[in-house]
Amino acid sequence: MEGFEVAKSENGDVAILYIKGYLDAHTAPDLESAFQQLVDAKKYSIVVNFKDLNYISSAGLGVFMGFIEDIRQNGGDIKLTNMKPKIYRVFDLLGFPTLYDILEEEEKAIEKFNKAKVKN
Amino acid sequence: MTILGKTPIQYRLKLPSQSDNLSLIRELVAKVATKVGFSNDDVSKIELAVDEACANVIKHAYGSNSKNIIDILIKVDKQKLMVVVTDKGKGFNPDEIKLPKMNEYLQEMRVGGLGIYLIETLMDKVNFDVKPGVRNQVKMIKYLNKPASTNDAN
Repeated sequence: MEGFEVAKSENGDVAILYIKGYLDAHTAPDLESAFQQLVDAKKYSIVVNFKDLNYISSAGLGVFMGFIEDIRQNGGDIKLTNMKPKIYRVFDLLGFPTLYDILEEEEKAIEKFNKAKVKN
Repeated sequence: MTILGKTPIQYRLKLPSQSDNLSLIRELVAKVATKVGFSNDDVSKIELAVDEACANVIKHAYGSNSKNIIDILIKVDKQKLMVVVTDKGKGFNPDEIKLPKMNEYLQEMRVGGLGIYLIETLMDKVNFDVKPGVRNQVKMIKYLNKPASTNDAN
């Protein structure tokens, strides 16, 4: 069975979601509820670490689309990190790199959030 | 490769219209495509295109009613792999489907509606045959050695 898992972690004010496995129309609701919980808790600085993600379809991409606007309006962002080339290609195909901050390392994303905080 | 003789080989899968079957469908399609000799890159493309077509049927054509059947036919010969996804659900008017213009799309940050765009982009040839409630069909072809002139859907 090709499953999907979301694990949560925190680094200061930054919430980190580790996603693992296969993100498709069946498993996208799991990621959606993880985002919803963060938004409900007013945690708007979110890093999603894709290190262990093996597959993504448009249903998975739709989850990010569904939250980005709301999160940015609240002064936050969703930063995506550690993507395998195969996963990045799907994002690239849809022009997502112009819309999302996609970084190689989780640490870089956290750093960016912290720097932005100091500026404000 | 060895499995490809003169006559095409067919694989057929009839499954309840449930999203938890998507992984099973992907696995079969990927295995067949690999066996036929597609590169890993092409296998990933075929896998994703078929997933999108089936996810559309499950969510839209059948409105997530798992009593319905989704029918997947995979046909391979020396030149190509063809996947035909058939349902008897609501269907859609293919003429009304405009491929999203990505700039507008990104500005609007619209949710969903990317499946058809992906299918058209990932496969070499795509054809929709829609008779709502009777039979809707998406036919997708990927060529093993893509001829230079097959960028168009027709």
